[in-house]
Amino acid sequence: MTDTTMPAPRLSPMQRLKRPKALIVLSVLMVIPLVAYVMFGEALARAGLREIVLIPAVPATLILYALAMSSWRESWVAILGGTLVFFWVFVAVSVPFLPLLDPNKPIQPFAPPGTERGDITFWLGTDLKGRDMLSRMLWGCQRVLVWGVTATAVAYVVGCIFGLIAGYISGIWDEIISFISNVLLSFPVMVLFILILNYLGPSGFNIVIAVTFASAPAIMRIVRGLALDNKTRDYVFAAQTRGEHPFRIMVWELLPNVRGPIIVDACLRLGYTTVAITTLTFLGLGLQPPDPDWGLMIKEASNLMVWQFSYMLLIPALAVSSLILGFNLMADGLREMSLRD
Amino acid sequence: MLKLIARRLLQMVLIMAVVSLILFVVFDSDKFKKQIATAELGGFSVAAMSDHDYQKWLKDKGLDVPVYERYAQWVGGLLQGDFGKSFEKNAPVSKVMGERLLNTGILAFWVFALMIPLSLIFGIVAGMKEGSFQDRSVSFIAVFTTSIPEIATAILLTVFIGLGLGWLPAKSAMTGGWNSVELILPVLTLVLYDFGYVARMTRASMAEVMTSQYIRTAVLKGIPYARVIMRHALRNALIAPFTVIVLQLNWLLSGVVVVEVFFQFNGFGKMLLEAALFGDVYVIQAATLVAVFVAVLSQIISDVGYTFLNPRIRFS
Repeated sequence: MTDTTMPAPRLSPMQRLKRPKALIVLSVLMVIPLVAYVMFGEALARAGLREIVLIPAVPATLILYALAMSSWRESWVAILGGTLVFFWVFVAVSVPFLPLLDPNKPIQPFAPPGTERGDITFWLGTDLKGRDMLSRMLWGCQRVLVWGVTATAVAYVVGCIFGLIAGYISGIWDEIISFISNVLLSFPVMVLFILILNYLGPSGFNIVIAVTFASAPAIMRIVRGLALDNKTRDYVFAAQTRGEHPFRIMVWELLPNVRGPIIVDACLRLGYTTVAITTLTFLGLGLQPPDPDWGLMIKEASNLMVWQFSYMLLIPALAVSSLILGFNLMADGLREMSLRD
Repeated sequence: MLKLIARRLLQMVLIMAVVSLILFVVFDSDKFKKQIATAELGGFSVAAMSDHDYQKWLKDKGLDVPVYERYAQWVGGLLQGDFGKSFEKNAPVSKVMGERLLNTGILAFWVFALMIPLSLIFGIVAGMKEGSFQDRSVSFIAVFTTSIPEIATAILLTVFIGLGLGWLPAKSAMTGGWNSVELILPVLTLVLYDFGYVARMTRASMAEVMTSQYIRTAVLKGIPYARVIMRHALRNALIAPFTVIVLQLNWLLSGVVVVEVFFQFNGFGKMLLEAALFGDVYVIQAATLVAVFVAVLSQIISDVGYTFLNPRIRFS
C-alpha cells in the first residue's frame, strides 16, 4: 500500500512566522509595550512594571527586522529604509536597558563632543543645561515614534471607517462625509494644526487629535476611491449573496483586499506625521519639556547660533532626517515591489 | 466651465463662513479671554485684578458683547473691507497683515522663481531616459531632499553656510531695514525641500510621454532628438507639473510657518503663530480666511488650467 495523501508541507520557522497572524502578533508585541511605556509610564512605575514591560518588545523587534529583510531582498531601497526605521525602533525599545546617563540630569553645560569628565565621556557633548546629548537623542526617538505611530493609527482608523462608509454605502452619507472632508482639506495643514492645538492646549494626546483632523480626510478619500472600485467585484457580490452584514463585508472582505496602496500610503504618512510632531514641538505647540524629544532639543538650542555649539542643533536634525528618510525609502521600496508583482 | 468655477467659489464662501463662525465661538470662551488678558497685561496683574476691573477691561476691548453680535459686526465690517483691530499690535488687521503678506509674497516669489526651473529641468532630464544613470541620480536626490524636513534643512543650511562659513546671516529678522541677503537662506530651505516633489512628478509625466507612439514616430522619422524633446514631448509632459506647481501655493502657506519662525522672518506664517499664541482673534480670522482663500483659489486655478491645457479632460 502506498500512501497517496501528500504530507503537509513542512514550513521552516521563518516561513511560519511570515504568516499574517504571526506578523500581527509580533507587531502588537513590538508596539503595545512601547506605547504603554511612554503614555502610561508613571502608572507603570508605581506598579513597578516600567522596565519589565519592554522586555518582550526587544526580541519581537529583532524577529520582525529579520523577517522584513528576508522578504524585501529584491529591493535594496526597501532594505535601506527598513534598516533605518528598525534601527530607531530598536533603540526605542531597548534604550532603558542601555548603559546611558540620565537624559534629564544636568551634569556639565556646554561640553563639546568627546569631552571626558572623570570616568564619564560625553560622546556627543552636552546641551546648554548640561544634559548628555547621546542619551537625549536616543531617548528622544521613543516619544516621536510612539506619538507618530499612535496619531497615524488613529487617523487611519477614522479615515478608513468614513472612507468605507462613503464608498460602500454611499448615497447621502457620501455627500455629508465628502463635504466635511472638503472643508478640512481646504485648510493649509499647518494652519489647522495651530488652530486645533491652540484650542486644545499642547500635549501628546492633542497632537493625536490634530493629526487625525488633518490626515483623516485625505485617507478617507483614498479608501473611498478604493471601496468604490472594489464594491462591484465578484467577491463582494458573493459576500452579499451569502447574506453577510455590510459591516462584515466592509471590514473583512473589502479592507484586506485594498491593503496594498493603504500600506504604502501609511509609510509615507508616518513620515509626514513625524515631521509634523517635530515641527509642532519646535513651535511650542507639541510635546512638553522636560522629557527629551528631538523637536524640543531643536527649540531649546535654536537661539544659540554659534558655530562651536551647533552640534546641539545638528544632532536632533540628523536624527529626525534619518528616521523620515527611512520611512520614505521604505514606502518607495514597497511601492516598487507591489508594482512588480 | 463658468458654472464649475462659480460652484467652487460659492463652496469657498460657504467654507469660509463656517470656519469663521467656528473660530469666533471658540475664541469667545472665557479661557481665551483670560489668555488675551494674560498676554497683554502679564500674569500677575490678571491674577491680582478684581472682577470689576476685569469686566472693565473686557468692555474696553469690546469683548463683553455676546458672540453673535460681535460676529455680525465683524461680517459687516468685512463687507466694507475692514478686518477689525489687532489686540496685540493695537493696529488695524489689514495694515498688520498687509505688511506680513507682502514679506511672505516676496519670499514665495523667489521660491517659485528658483524652484520651477530647477525642478522642471531635473525632472525632464530624468524622464528623458527612464532607468538611465541620470534618472536614478535625480530620483535619489529628490527622495533625499524631500525626506529631510524643513526644520532640519534650515538647521543644516544655517549651521554650515551661516555659522561655519559665515557667508550669509543666520537670521532673517531684517532689524536694520529690508535686506535681501537675509532672504537667501529661507528661500533655499523651501526650494530644497519642495523641488524634489515637483521634479519627481515632472519625471513621471515625462517618462510616460516618452513611451508614447507619437514620440517614437517622431524619432523614427529622423527628427533631431533635441527637437523631438522640445517641440513634441515637452508640450504634453508639462501639463501635469503645471497643476502640481500651482498646488504648491497651498503647501507653501503651511510650510512657511516653521521656516519663518526659525529664521525669525516677519512674514505671514510667523504672524499666524504669534496671533494664535496671543489669542488675537481678528488676526487669526483674517489669516485663516486668507489661507483658505489661497488654498481654494489654487485648486480652482489648477483645475481650470488643466482643462485648458489638456482639452481631452472635461468636467461634467
